[in-house]
Amino acid sequence: MAGRGEQGTRLCGAALGPAEDHGAAPERVLFPPAFSVSEIKNKQRRHFMFLRWKQQQRKEKLANKKKRKKEREALGDQAPPKPVPKTIENQRVYDETTVDPNDEEVAFDEATDEFAPYFNRQTVPKILITTSDRPRGRTVRFCEQLSSVVPNSHVYYRRGLALKKIIPQCIARNFTDLIVVNEDRKIPNGLVLSHLPDGPTAHFKMSSVRLRKEIKRKGKEPTEHMPEVILNNFTTRLGHSVGRMLASLFPHDPQFIGRQVATFHNQRDYIFFRFHRYIFKSEKKVGIQELGPRFTLKLRSIQKGTFDSKFGEYEWIHKHREMDTSRRKFHL
Amino acid sequence: MHSDEVVWDTLGNKQFCSYKIKTKTQNFCRNEYNLTGLCNRSSCPLANSQYATIKEEKGQCYLYMKTIERAAFPNRLWERVRLSRNYEKALEEIDENLIYWPRFIRHKCKQRFTKITQYLIRIRKLTLKRQRKLVPLSKKVERREKRREEKALIAAQLDNAIEKELLERLKQETYGDIYNFPIHAFDKALEQQDAESETDSDVEKEEEEEDEDADKREFVEVDESDLSDFEDMDKLATSSEEDDKSSSEEEETETEEKARHTKSKGKTPLKGPTRRKRAYVEIEYERETEPASKSKAT
Repeated sequence: MAGRGEQGTRLCGAALGPAEDHGAAPERVLFPPAFSVSEIKNKQRRHFMFLRWKQQQRKEKLANKKKRKKEREALGDQAPPKPVPKTIENQRVYDETTVDPNDEEVAFDEATDEFAPYFNRQTVPKILITTSDRPRGRTVRFCEQLSSVVPNSHVYYRRGLALKKIIPQCIARNFTDLIVVNEDRKIPNGLVLSHLPDGPTAHFKMSSVRLRKEIKRKGKEPTEHMPEVILNNFTTRLGHSVGRMLASLFPHDPQFIGRQVATFHNQRDYIFFRFHRYIFKSEKKVGIQELGPRFTLKLRSIQKGTFDSKFGEYEWIHKHREMDTSRRKFHL
Repeated sequence: MHSDEVVWDTLGNKQFCSYKIKTKTQNFCRNEYNLTGLCNRSSCPLANSQYATIKEEKGQCYLYMKTIERAAFPNRLWERVRLSRNYEKALEEIDENLIYWPRFIRHKCKQRFTKITQYLIRIRKLTLKRQRKLVPLSKKVERREKRREEKALIAAQLDNAIEKELLERLKQETYGDIYNFPIHAFDKALEQQDAESETDSDVEKEEEEEDEDADKREFVEVDESDLSDFEDMDKLATSSEEDDKSSSEEEETETEEKARHTKSKGKTPLKGPTRRKRAYVEIEYERETEPASKSKAT
């Protein structure tokens, strides 16, 4: 009966109403589905009815809002606190590997993992930056800028050498980290970060790379001072290990005189890198000015041991069919 | 032989040949048995009844020959000879198989064979080097990730987050003595203290004024209030700050007596210097006990 026509359904509704009343509970009156705008066949009329319905909805919504606001004002101080709006971060699916700051097991693990020597100040980071084969201008310039940001880093041209051959040489020359910027279609699009003396290798997808000249209102070139490091929002175990890996690129003792800060901010599994110079205008206000390149990273995989794509043991791989299904679930 | 000429006359020159590819400068022949790849009278496998080619299959080179005797049997038309893997031996094999054949075909066969061996060597060398693995991107996934990245960037509010973090670090005093902001940590705690002790401060102010009037007599009263002040300072300030204060106070002994009157009105001043001045008022009487209190603090 539904869908026969506007008049028809209304009559039916009226007819059945009282009958159904006896059947169902007296409070809930079940009507057959009332006439809906989508059933009108004529497009023009349907459109018109839809607009009218929309206007009505908006009016109702506004009226509700006003009513609520009045109630709130009437209550004054006793009004219940405003409800917190739902954000994706609020609604995030709880990850059981979230690190509790006081967790001893995590602390113990971190004291004995591959970055312990760095955090105990036994090693000084020395970084080798290279690219994939035949880098184009943009990638080359990005590597140069990256090396100006990361202290004690060297850029080497990759002459078609195999990574597996480069790595033993790097270890022999006391490098602690290897960064390979992968390039595709003349723009850098990937980053492989390998901690050298048999450390983990992380593969990131890199996007939104902005060189210094593309940044608006940028400052002068980064100086040679050691920058500070800010790591934000690395909450889970995986996030912790990635955070440590990124932090181990920078020397442990920043020179505050330089007033430079490198930030790795994790938001919804995207790690944003920024490099700023800050100045404290007063004790409550700080001004920051962006220097340096900026890019975003998204973790693709972490492999134990140095780079070995065929036989390496992968600690974590991003599988987009399984891990991308929920919009509220994040891994870092 | 006659039919060759006829074939070439029609296919090669005048009419349509499905193997022929015409470009602006040259004609190519797509026939798989063609020796040179060009469309010529001497290279056309259709227009030559006596013909030979070199073809390569899975790294092995073969010499294919066609003679006029077998022209009626397309099934057995092409005779195949496997060539040896050794380059020189293979050249000799070509020579002995194509003995008495036209010079052109022999020469071109050997040239073709040389080229094939060269590219086979190159293939073998390249497979030993690193292979570039092409990973297919899914457009849908890429678009999704790009959009999510934009939204994450907006949600991150990077500038605010960085500024907040830096101010936190300033408050936690990780920067040490570099920044000379007038005792901000002290001030923060002081604000809390003032919220509690607003009434107390009113009382103290009255006491202050009495002290100023009767200078060196009300030693004991001043002592207590002064000690309480010092206790406050102990709770809040670090020893270095106290040292700063004491040194500055000692310097300012005689200059600011009149300033007291103006400063000690209204709420308890929040800023360090004025606070210092109020404390200074008491200290005038207690220079001897100062070191004792300092030692208590430190």
